[in-house]
Amino acid sequence: MTGERTLTRNFHRPDAHTLAAYRGTGGYTAWEKAQTMEPAAITEEVKKSNLRGLGGAGFPTGMKWSFIPKNHTGPVYLVINADEGEPGTFKDRYLLERDPHALIEGMLIAARAIRSAVGFVYIRGEYVEPWRRFSAAAREATDAGYLGRGFDVVVHRGAGAYICGEETGLISSLEGRKGWPKLKPPFPAIKGAFGAPTIVNNVETICHLPHIINRGAGWFASLGTKTQGGTRMYSVSGRVKRPGVYEASVAITLRQVIYDLAEGVTGNGRLKAVVPGGSSAAILRADEIDVTMDVDGLKNAGTMAGSAGVIVMDETVSIPEALMVVARFYAHESCGQCTPCRESTGWIYKITERIVEGRGRKEDLDTVLDVARRGAGTTICAFYDGAVGPYISYIEKFRDEFEALIPK
Amino acid sequence: MSLTAPLAFPPEQLAEVHRLQALYPDRRAALLPVLHMAQDAFGYISLEVEEYVAGLFDMTPAHVHEVVTFYTMFFQRPKGRHVVAICHNLSCHLAGAPRILTHLKERLGVEVGETTDDGRVTLLSVECLCACEHAPMMQVDDRYEFDLTPARVDRILEGLR
Repeated sequence: MTGERTLTRNFHRPDAHTLAAYRGTGGYTAWEKAQTMEPAAITEEVKKSNLRGLGGAGFPTGMKWSFIPKNHTGPVYLVINADEGEPGTFKDRYLLERDPHALIEGMLIAARAIRSAVGFVYIRGEYVEPWRRFSAAAREATDAGYLGRGFDVVVHRGAGAYICGEETGLISSLEGRKGWPKLKPPFPAIKGAFGAPTIVNNVETICHLPHIINRGAGWFASLGTKTQGGTRMYSVSGRVKRPGVYEASVAITLRQVIYDLAEGVTGNGRLKAVVPGGSSAAILRADEIDVTMDVDGLKNAGTMAGSAGVIVMDETVSIPEALMVVARFYAHESCGQCTPCRESTGWIYKITERIVEGRGRKEDLDTVLDVARRGAGTTICAFYDGAVGPYISYIEKFRDEFEALIPK
Repeated sequence: MSLTAPLAFPPEQLAEVHRLQALYPDRRAALLPVLHMAQDAFGYISLEVEEYVAGLFDMTPAHVHEVVTFYTMFFQRPKGRHVVAICHNLSCHLAGAPRILTHLKERLGVEVGETTDDGRVTLLSVECLCACEHAPMMQVDDRYEFDLTPARVDRILEGLR
């Protein structure tokens, strides 16, 4: 059912992170092939593969690359977003720890396509072991001559801030400032890190590239749906029998993720709700899980594929309490730059907290919905829109549960 | 490090600062890595450390302060010899993180944000550390500790000196 595995094929090997193991399983052969290809041909192949960004936004990767100005002569930067922080997501941690050379080989291919001589890998500060593993792999790759001959990699540690996973916030942070997102346009492909054209790609997105180059865009596209190719890594957690990271086609259904990959629901065994794409994705009820996990499938279901962090809740879970926990996260992580986000996230957390504590007021639910709707789309970055997804969906889909907690 | 010691990196660390600064098109980009180094060397990022680091970059201390206060991993006050940070986000919450946090508070005799009287442990409660498949989990210094139970927490605390 789950089909082919490429990204995770070596995860079972204790030495998977080493250059020897990577080369022994076909590693760096795609880079050899890519060196015989024109940069534009690499971009074209990635476009045809229907690879879409797997960090959250789902933007077509090849199209993103094609936004780099054609006649640009100065430096171009490749930045890898390894600032994994979306609640319920843990796939990039596995890739950094267990297959760091796949990321390096993918970076070499991407850098050739966009004509970049330097790549920055921005790893969240808390990921100390992944940072060590990746740094060691980068040293191995330098000693073996893959890096340092036209393309260098700088490994950069963050210091604890979810907003740095937003690509322009990440660029601000990389430049040595607080991680405030920047107004777009200009988009990073035009004016990004250090004022130069910059492509920011997620770890998992880049790790697909060696396979696309080796086996072709047609093969990759055929693994998915009409509008999104390939497999992706599902991070499954919450009330399931086998939480973990699973690689499968983007075309499988949420039901298959929960019942086949993670082997079903724990708690009382009956599904109540599930978050399909990290905490910023709108929640789905138990009767809404027959949807495909691709970007467009989940968008049509009123939610989003996001980072494919699947958080499962059985019938014993309190949805108001879950929303309070999620609201606390957005209140804490709002960077404070835009008023609607800074103020709303704080107040909505306070409201959800008093509802859970039995001190809710009868107008509270409509206040939250109103504040959420008014602020959506008014801020510099997508962070607040990501908070609005859970605010509205948890309340609209489980309103009775909230009302039961509010004193009459 | 005592408060009276001169506040500066030894020569080999200063060389590392210069190496880091040279990695970027703009040397100021090395600020976060250098602040990590400074916290390791001086224990926490005091206003004096901010001033010293600002001098290494020809920045204003205000810029460094703005950066230090933005990120959760920089401590502005002395911390314990060990930092125990339990994740309180959704998957850990569903797996019983509140119960583990209560247990940690009882065992350590501190509230969140406090350090034990003997300076051994600072207790934090933090947002998603992205190891939800092993919920409830926590970070202890550089390590992730998985699949926590009260008994497992006791064994981990026992190992912290």
